[in-house]
Amino acid sequence: MRTLDVRVLCDTTARLLVEANYQIPPDILEALRAAAKSEQSEIGRQTLAHLVRNYEVAAAERLPVCQDSGVTVVLLETGQEVHWTGGSIEQAIFEGIRRGTSNGYLRVSVVGDPIARRTAAGAPPGVIHYEIVEGDRVRLTLASKGFGAENMSALRMFAPADGPAAVKDFIVDVIEHAGANACPPVIVGVGIGGTFEKAALLAKKAVLRPIDRRHQRPETAALEAELLDRINCLGIGPQGLGGVVTALAVNVELYPTHIAGLPVAVNIGCHSNRRVSTEL
Amino acid sequence: MVIGLECRPTVDPAAIHALKAGDAVSLSGELITIRDATAKRLVELAATGQPLPVHLGGRLLYAVGPSPARPGQVVGSAGPTTIERFVAYLPFFFEQGVRGIIAKGELHGPIMREFEKAGAVYFAAIGGLGALLGKQVQRAEVVAFPDLGPEAQFRFEVHDFPAVVIIDRHGGNYHETARARWRRDPAR
Repeated sequence: MRTLDVRVLCDTTARLLVEANYQIPPDILEALRAAAKSEQSEIGRQTLAHLVRNYEVAAAERLPVCQDSGVTVVLLETGQEVHWTGGSIEQAIFEGIRRGTSNGYLRVSVVGDPIARRTAAGAPPGVIHYEIVEGDRVRLTLASKGFGAENMSALRMFAPADGPAAVKDFIVDVIEHAGANACPPVIVGVGIGGTFEKAALLAKKAVLRPIDRRHQRPETAALEAELLDRINCLGIGPQGLGGVVTALAVNVELYPTHIAGLPVAVNIGCHSNRRVSTEL
Repeated sequence: MVIGLECRPTVDPAAIHALKAGDAVSLSGELITIRDATAKRLVELAATGQPLPVHLGGRLLYAVGPSPARPGQVVGSAGPTTIERFVAYLPFFFEQGVRGIIAKGELHGPIMREFEKAGAVYFAAIGGLGALLGKQVQRAEVVAFPDLGPEAQFRFEVHDFPAVVIIDRHGGNYHETARARWRRDPAR
């Protein structure tokens, strides 16, 4: 049994939130640098060069890469042999989000009541997903999810008879419909299978997977490559100004599903796909 | 070639008229900011016969909710937000005499006619360029609704603020043109 104080969650969340907002992941920055050379449209190359510069300046001067620091999404994987002490895990993470937002000069982008659009004292400032894993390891993953891309995400429950062709068309259509709104070049996270909510969570995990890693199953990796090719043929290009780099990657995650169903979720990440992860 | 455009504080209607979809512009002068909550408040003020905090005739709007300024900074990160969420408010802004709006993302369909009728232009700034765009803001002042925090209405004084004309006042839509030009058939 390993004993940990929840304060470590608060401190780590606050630190990771600031880090995520000042520095985009190295794999994404590399992909943008490569795209700034390979993009065929001139305005697309210029746009990508501006984005690379934005990320270099933000990191050097410790500025938020984007004013939309988004909704903080935390994934806490905690070992079943870990005993948490010192208070509420949930409150510790929420307090970490509040502290990171304030310390990092990040915008408060969350409204407490989604209908009344009013802030409420003590309202949750982010979204937490928990996973119990074997052993005593703890991993905290944090993402700042901007809503330009989040708003263009979609989920659809297919029938098994619809088959792979309809699923692929749907995924490409979501990106085509999103167009410039999702701040391309985007990262496309796809969750296929499970249930309604499992597909959405798979899509979120897919969008947070590093983009220089293909799925380990060859046929799923081939699906990712085929979807990326189709999406980059849409012509949308960087910021919708035309070109061949609409997406930097398509990441697909699969899960068993019902004999009667085929849930498909598409979660879009903008080029500022902010995520950090650490072992505690 | 980049077209310089002045808005001190209003923009020359002839200069707006001459812009074509796809033109790169560099804006200098005053921009009045709007957000979802800001726009709603302005409509409510007008509906009850109250004056708007800033007269919007001849002005350019910027759809942005900046991140907080550090001590010594004018403004934090300040990139554009999505235009689509303002479609319901655009006819109201045009009634007030607004000549242009800077945001990001796409607009299609009947709303394009409103730009033509109003003699107004939609400019896209680069989404996710907040750190750099914030540096183009030389002065920032809250002019209304401080209780809305990042959605307060600001007056920004900008210098060489880069944007691209997406919808001109002649029915052109650069996102549509660009997409059609670059669309390809997939390899498989």
